Amino acid sequence: MERKAILQLADGSEYQGYSFGYEQSVSGEMVFTTAMTGYPESLTDPSYRGQLLVPTYPMIGNYGVPDDERDAYGLPEHFESDRIQCTALIIGDYSADYSHWDSHRSLGNWLVEQHIPGIYGIDTRSLAKRLRTYGAMSGRIIFDGDDVIPFRDPNAENLVAQVSTDRIQSYGNGRYRVLMIDCGIKNNILRCLLRRDVTIRRVPWDYDFTADSDYDGIFISNGPGDPSRLVPTISHLRTALAGDRPIMGICLGHQLLALAAGARTYKMKYGHRGHNQTVRIPGTHRCFVTSQNHGFAVDGNTLPDNWECLFENLNDGTVEGLRHKTKPFFSTQFHPEASSGPVDTDSLFDLFISNIRNYVR
Amino acid sequence: MSDSIQRILLLGSGALKIGQSGEFDYSGTQALKALRDEHRYTILINPNVATVQTSEGIADAVYSLPITPEYVEKVIQKERPDGIMLAFGGQTALNCGTELYRRGILDKYGVKVLGTPVEAIMETEDRQLFADLMHEIDVKTPKSIAVGSVEEALQAARVTGYPVIVRAAYTLGGLGSGFCANDDELTRLASSALAYSPQLLVEESLKGWKEIEYEVVRDRYDNCITVCNMENLDPLGIHTGESVVVAPSQTLSDHEYHRLRETAIRIVRRVGIIGECNVQYALSPTSDDYRVIEVNARLSRSSALASKATGYPLAAVAARLALGYGLDELTNAVTRVTTACFEPALDYVVCKLPRWDLSKFSHVSRRIGSSMKSVGEVMAIGRTFEEAIQKGLRMVGQGLHGFVGNELHIPDVDTELQNPTDRRLPAIELAFDRGYTIDRLHELTKIDKWFLCRLENIHRTKVRLAVCSSLADVSDALLREAKSRGFSDYQIGKLVLAGSGLSPHGKADAVRALRKQLGIVPVIKQIDTLAGEYPAQTNYLYITYGGDENDLVPERDGRSVVVLGSGAYRIGSSVEFDWCCVAAIRKVQEMGYRALMINFNPETVSTDYDACDRLYFDELTLERVLDICDAEAPRGIIVSVGGQTPNNLAMLLAERGVTLLGTPATSIDCAEDRQKFSALCDKLDIDQPRWAELTNIQDIVSFAEKVGYPLLIRPSYVLSGAAMRVVTGNDELDDALSAAAAVSHEHPVVVTEFVERAKEVEIDAVAQEGVIKCYAISEHVEFAGVHSGDATVVFPAQKLYYETIRRVRRTAAKLAEALHISGPFNIQFLAKDNRLKVIECNLRASRSFPFVSKVTGFNFIGMATEIMLGHEVEPYGKTFADIDCVGVKAAQFSFARLTGADPVLGVDMASTGEVACLGADYYEALLKSMLAAGYRVPDKGKGILMSSGTAPSKVELLEAARTLVRSGYRLYATGGTADFLATNGIEAERVHWPDSVQKPSVIDYLREGRIDLVINIPKNHTPRELQNGYLIRRTAIDFNIPLITNARLAAAFIHAFCHLTIEDVGIKCWKEYH
Repeated sequence: MERKAILQLADGSEYQGYSFGYEQSVSGEMVFTTAMTGYPESLTDPSYRGQLLVPTYPMIGNYGVPDDERDAYGLPEHFESDRIQCTALIIGDYSADYSHWDSHRSLGNWLVEQHIPGIYGIDTRSLAKRLRTYGAMSGRIIFDGDDVIPFRDPNAENLVAQVSTDRIQSYGNGRYRVLMIDCGIKNNILRCLLRRDVTIRRVPWDYDFTADSDYDGIFISNGPGDPSRLVPTISHLRTALAGDRPIMGICLGHQLLALAAGARTYKMKYGHRGHNQTVRIPGTHRCFVTSQNHGFAVDGNTLPDNWECLFENLNDGTVEGLRHKTKPFFSTQFHPEASSGPVDTDSLFDLFISNIRNYVR
Repeated sequence: MSDSIQRILLLGSGALKIGQSGEFDYSGTQALKALRDEHRYTILINPNVATVQTSEGIADAVYSLPITPEYVEKVIQKERPDGIMLAFGGQTALNCGTELYRRGILDKYGVKVLGTPVEAIMETEDRQLFADLMHEIDVKTPKSIAVGSVEEALQAARVTGYPVIVRAAYTLGGLGSGFCANDDELTRLASSALAYSPQLLVEESLKGWKEIEYEVVRDRYDNCITVCNMENLDPLGIHTGESVVVAPSQTLSDHEYHRLRETAIRIVRRVGIIGECNVQYALSPTSDDYRVIEVNARLSRSSALASKATGYPLAAVAARLALGYGLDELTNAVTRVTTACFEPALDYVVCKLPRWDLSKFSHVSRRIGSSMKSVGEVMAIGRTFEEAIQKGLRMVGQGLHGFVGNELHIPDVDTELQNPTDRRLPAIELAFDRGYTIDRLHELTKIDKWFLCRLENIHRTKVRLAVCSSLADVSDALLREAKSRGFSDYQIGKLVLAGSGLSPHGKADAVRALRKQLGIVPVIKQIDTLAGEYPAQTNYLYITYGGDENDLVPERDGRSVVVLGSGAYRIGSSVEFDWCCVAAIRKVQEMGYRALMINFNPETVSTDYDACDRLYFDELTLERVLDICDAEAPRGIIVSVGGQTPNNLAMLLAERGVTLLGTPATSIDCAEDRQKFSALCDKLDIDQPRWAELTNIQDIVSFAEKVGYPLLIRPSYVLSGAAMRVVTGNDELDDALSAAAAVSHEHPVVVTEFVERAKEVEIDAVAQEGVIKCYAISEHVEFAGVHSGDATVVFPAQKLYYETIRRVRRTAAKLAEALHISGPFNIQFLAKDNRLKVIECNLRASRSFPFVSKVTGFNFIGMATEIMLGHEVEPYGKTFADIDCVGVKAAQFSFARLTGADPVLGVDMASTGEVACLGADYYEALLKSMLAAGYRVPDKGKGILMSSGTAPSKVELLEAARTLVRSGYRLYATGGTADFLATNGIEAERVHWPDSVQKPSVIDYLREGRIDLVINIPKNHTPRELQNGYLIRRTAIDFNIPLITNARLAAAFIHAFCHLTIEDVGIKCWKEYH
């Protein structure tokens, strides 16, 4: 039998599980996702930085993990960043035996390679219900025989600084020049844009692009943690909002855009994480099923006059997208780039490109 | 816009048959309930009397009529609906609706098709049109060529290369479809398939690919969601109705999942679905290549499964979308706080397993393939695949204890794995025992290795249990592991306590006691559609060992009543018991109790989300029922409305302290135990056919000498073919006994006197404390010898002596009193010259309860439930004379599906469904029923074949033959029949037997389409007679020519259609008859 580990939550509750990954006691914020597929993508999504990820689907690891091949741009073919980003993975039942033509290792081996703990044997439904009822909280995994470590609240850290690029990188050789503010970007955002005749300049989260005019549009990526901590980014964006260059933001990028515009953000009780969140264009019947992963949201009551809600969450009414009433600025709380999740809103990238086209013209 | 649609006609699916079963009662009922909530006036046409949707309170007007364009037009003429819904009655409704549209009938009466337009449906049904459409939107379909003749088919195969798959357009569940490896196979299949369908498709074979399905919903605002995806455990090549289906998919990466999802949505948008649609894919196991293999623009078996697997009420939503709602305007019925515009997230896995009854038929191959043979299905829910599949194998109800712990003899494991049958899963377990590797198994079966590895996990746990020689050797951890991998206490007991000398149930009891002592008990989990993300009001539950917290805390206040469901539909136990369960639930609720349902059949209404107060979608095993009773502490449990499955648990539950409501368990045991029941009959001076349970051949022969032939032989163990048969002499007795695998103390043979030319009479009744409170007496059209489930039943009985009726009543009263019956029961009698013999007595609801309840307009189960809950009831006052109509119930057979099966009726049941219609008199009701069961009035341009068997049946048919000639039909007759007709002055063309070289041959005439009704009465069991008769019957079935094998039924049907036309029959709904 594998090594035992205890999962302890900040509210005092405990779950017992068994190790199937790297064995080192860790702590972070507990979050659950209801996605039933896509663990290689989710684990490498920088937005999960500092979090103990709990998929509610019980059997994980079924189709193994693909290899580390890279594409023509030097991006990993199968992953959303260069490494596993979450702090640990907590699941119900682990498939040590995996099966897929495109897989090269088991999930457990990959976790060990990447020094990420994983435990199984947890009633993840009861865990999700606890988080739903009492809200997001810290948790820690203590392996049998290890010393107890303190609880860690990753939201008190600058997580974006941990996942953003440390240098300026360029991708592609297309017609439209996109400045990419990397707050912890998922590779698929790059891939979606690169399919659309662009050149991307990827810059660190706190890069001051206001003096620079070598781009046709600004993209603000997703990323982890509390957006209000990212004071330099917000301040740069505020400057950009005075201009007319098209802007698109996703997830954390959407929250940053809102903050720059003058709206406020707040921490949600337990966030939205999964592949089945439906959003609607306000005042219409048009709905889209989206992929989501966020714990903070934009407060719809604080939108400045010249901004409006572009999408609303069909279930809880939260703001799922924003747009400027006159300028080519928009953002989504959800992930049009999917990976993992449904691809129904991929055309929003076309909207961004068409905004740039109009601007360039 | 939807306000202009006030009166809505919904077409049902008719009798249950292979490929189209109870799932359409479930979806139709849900749709009708939704329309009622929307305050629409609903009209239903469905002759299936056993369904819930034809009960009071579901539709406003219910017509029990054939679902044919002629009859539907009559109803449209009378009811003048504004709209029609075609998506809820399977292929039957879709085909009928398409025909109504083609003939311009819908236009003529201004009836609007609600939901997906007919043109779109026709595009998806015609394979070439569909392939072109897919090509237009860059969706890959299999290389495929449409053909209209055998020659064209052979040419097409030269283009695609062998093997090919042949598919027939416009048929149910793959009828007339199959794989062909060479010209010979293709010629054979194509010629029979062309009899059903004018168009065939010859396609590239994708055998061994994964089969994946998506259920997509689209509204008029173009919003699309995929409610569920499913993966077949069995590779492509095995019909999805024959496969183990798992939801959600297990072996697909996110990229594959969403690529197929996106493609499904693209298809649904292009087709223009409004409502629900099923998309089936073949997915390469070695690359990301795929093909779309099928699109069903209607609710289907898969959508019923998806509904149950996710908790998303697809039919209710589809009905509302057809009225013009947007998905975002509908509430998620489970959470009640979120909308219906979302995709369910599962935090469990479900396995669907088919149930076959192939051993009931002779000449049928057990091989499973591209056409469907299964008669029912089960769905198991677990937190691991191991847990779900083991539950599922038990639920199928054919003696398996799970994946391991079975004793099956499969002589050639490799052959079984390569050419799968209904026993392929046990064969995999045998292969593990023999040390086969996963790679080897994958090579043989093409089943994805992930599933094989998971099955091996079960095997590994078994090995660890089997080395334990007492419960003390089983560690706490091993016991937990076994339970979370779906082992039952019974399985564990069998493996660990092999040498203990305890009975099988004693072993299970010992394991249970230990478990409870160690605190290893299962938990109750909810199915909430959102994986716990939002608080849900859901009452949809399952039991699992994959968790440590109950989602629900039962009240344990003594106000809960548990109703045990019927389990898998099978031959002999089908939707009629679901009707009984739903009727019981309703009455329980009406009386102020909480109704708890346990059932695992995804095709049922009893497992619908709003049918009861709490649904345990779980096993009907002793262990699981005890688990639920432990948790719920119910007031009691009802075992008498779900058919034989719950009835079999009665004694076991009572012995373990569970309170049974109604008739005492000891009485049930007395009726079930042949010896005890015989002793009781002797004591009460009730006659039974003489019988004996014998353990050696000599005793059987002596019994035959004493009683005389014919005899009914029931071996307890047979190798192949029908278990039960009638023998008319020593030779046949020898033959029957040689078919029995063994005659011994362990495998006794029951031999019973068989009374010839006796009428069969049934009584369905309800008693309280041994006093009958209501009853219904019906008679069979056929003489005894045709199983009561296959017989044509008339109620009220029209041709019984008054004295016979009196004696039936008196005997039933005696038994009710002696057995202290409180609840439903059914007794079957043989009646000859006013003498009665009891042949069967069941202290539970029978197949005919919905029939007699609907004909009388009095709910027998409602009264039975009141009684079981201890309420004093008044006797039901009406007598037969008060009933101003006649009901005839006819059986539906699925022989066309069962390649090779001899379509002859006998003492073992063969029908898969039934219909019942009412009429002003016997013949009107009979005509409607026969037409509703798929017979047709023969075309006068064609002829009728008579091959009328023994002398008595020849005489029986003489008047019918005269009537036919008088009505202008041309008769064909084989040898003896032709002579007999000639002697009696009736003109008939002589046709020659299949084995004769003389022309014209009967087989040629059948193939050439010259014959439109075949009457073939089996005569005797000589090999020549058997072979010839078989060939005639089988050819009729294969060429879709109606076949009747019973002289009395044939005579009645001929009389009916020669004397009545559609203009003579009443187009009346149930209410108008009461």
